[in-house]
Amino acid sequence: MGSAVCLRGLEKHFPRVHALRGIDLDIEEGEFFGLLGPNGAGKTTLISILAGLTRASAGSAAIMGFDVTAQYRAARRALGMVPQELVYDPFFTVRETLRLQSGYFGLRRNDAWIDELLVNLGLADKADTYTRQLSGGMKRRVLVAQALVHKPPVIVLDEPTAGVDVELRQSLWNFVRRLNQQGHTIVLTTHYLDEAEMLCERVAMLQEGRIVALDRTVNLLRAGAERRLLLDLDAPDLPDFLRPRLKGREGAHYVLDLPDYGDLEGILAQLRGAGVAIRDLALRQADLEEVFLKVMHGGRA
Amino acid sequence: MSGFRTLLYKEILRFWKVLVQTVGAPVLTALLYLLIFSHVLEDHVQVYPGVSYTAFLMPGLIMMSLLQNAFANSSSSLIQSKISGNIVFVLLPPLSYLEFFLAYLFAALIRGFTVGFGVLLVGLFFADIEMRQPLWIVAFALASGAVFACIGIIAGIWANQFDHLAGVQNFIIMPLTFLSGVFYSIHSLPPFWQSVSHFNPVFYMIDGFRYGFFGQSDVDPWFGMAVVAPFVLLLGGITLSMLKSGYKLRH
Repeated sequence: MGSAVCLRGLEKHFPRVHALRGIDLDIEEGEFFGLLGPNGAGKTTLISILAGLTRASAGSAAIMGFDVTAQYRAARRALGMVPQELVYDPFFTVRETLRLQSGYFGLRRNDAWIDELLVNLGLADKADTYTRQLSGGMKRRVLVAQALVHKPPVIVLDEPTAGVDVELRQSLWNFVRRLNQQGHTIVLTTHYLDEAEMLCERVAMLQEGRIVALDRTVNLLRAGAERRLLLDLDAPDLPDFLRPRLKGREGAHYVLDLPDYGDLEGILAQLRGAGVAIRDLALRQADLEEVFLKVMHGGRA
Repeated sequence: MSGFRTLLYKEILRFWKVLVQTVGAPVLTALLYLLIFSHVLEDHVQVYPGVSYTAFLMPGLIMMSLLQNAFANSSSSLIQSKISGNIVFVLLPPLSYLEFFLAYLFAALIRGFTVGFGVLLVGLFFADIEMRQPLWIVAFALASGAVFACIGIIAGIWANQFDHLAGVQNFIIMPLTFLSGVFYSIHSLPPFWQSVSHFNPVFYMIDGFRYGFFGQSDVDPWFGMAVVAPFVLLLGGITLSMLKSGYKLRH
């Protein structure tokens, strides 16, 4: 126990694709975890196995210690899943949809929690609207509410902000963050790396069905890419003491290696001492996208 | 079993919300058959002594409507959910395959019975309909409705698009139901077609159902039930094993 999600040797063969090639992964309770990777890396397959929508060819998957096939009832009760596609049932209103979803989980009088969800997701005034009449963003909110009707300890969001407007992204993340603070484990797949960087404590990067990087987000950022100092100087040449740091040029800027920001003070002082004026200065830090690209194009982080 | 109750309720609510299409339309269709065939044949055909052609026609029409709508309910619900993707709403919760099966089965039966009852009500305006053996009526309605509900579930799961379903509907369901003696007694057929009809399970469904009304039929109702009941078990078994394996639902 202790693991919200536990995967061991997970394999998935589709008729033409070897989608997962031995995934071992533990996601701790209360974590905000990111699952990154290009299209076809196996993210959605992995999540579908967790949700019981796809069956593993080999290996095991457990949610809160419950095996997703042998103990599927307990496992599914522990999981809330927001699917990637904007699906809805055109026959029902928002409230009917949420009541039905509660009923499938054996919850008969769930209206207090449904009301709370509606308010938190900005759907209160849409409760009696048919889901087919809602905008894309609103439909997404209903899907989030549906995933939460049974207050699952583990919540999986499969690219929830794809094609969603900025305002909803913000309010959705605030809501999900609050759920995380209340103790829910969040597993997120996203194409927006800035979101993963901002939200996830730990990320796994998937490529061709394998985990190619798995670490705390800060560690990946630190290890994955160098820090750079960009300088445009009012001088014909780069002063000698800076030559060892030189990595290249971008337009008028020298690109210098700066692994430790503490060195900046000394560099500026030396420049002042040498009488070299600075026209422009910029610091560049790795973002997850850089780490991601680096990992994807060979080598592990 | 409360997950099952909710799924059954949802499946009933689904057709109840569009009652005009799901019940009104088939009842109207049956009414048109009734008007046309009884107008043309009333004075020319008497199948059983003391039973008018219009009265003879009624049980067949009721059963045909019941079967077609039991099939339509489970198959159309599943294909719509699959194509729109909202099938995940019932795949994600902790519902067992048995609960899933029973919910779709009962909803299809309820739709079939609702339509059948509607046809009966309309028919009462046109003929005196007696029900001599109500238990046989209920037994054949239940068993036959279950067979078509199962075919509907199987077809709904198997079909990848509406065309596939229309194929099953037009090339299997319609011929089986039309060529089963809804509009005639098979004794009026040439010997060859009589023996062909005996290979159509729907013939026994309608014949046994009719026995419940008139106490007369082409074959003994016990024999008819002995033919229909194994189909319930067979198709129920196929449906359950498909659902258990997750065929086309859980990949």
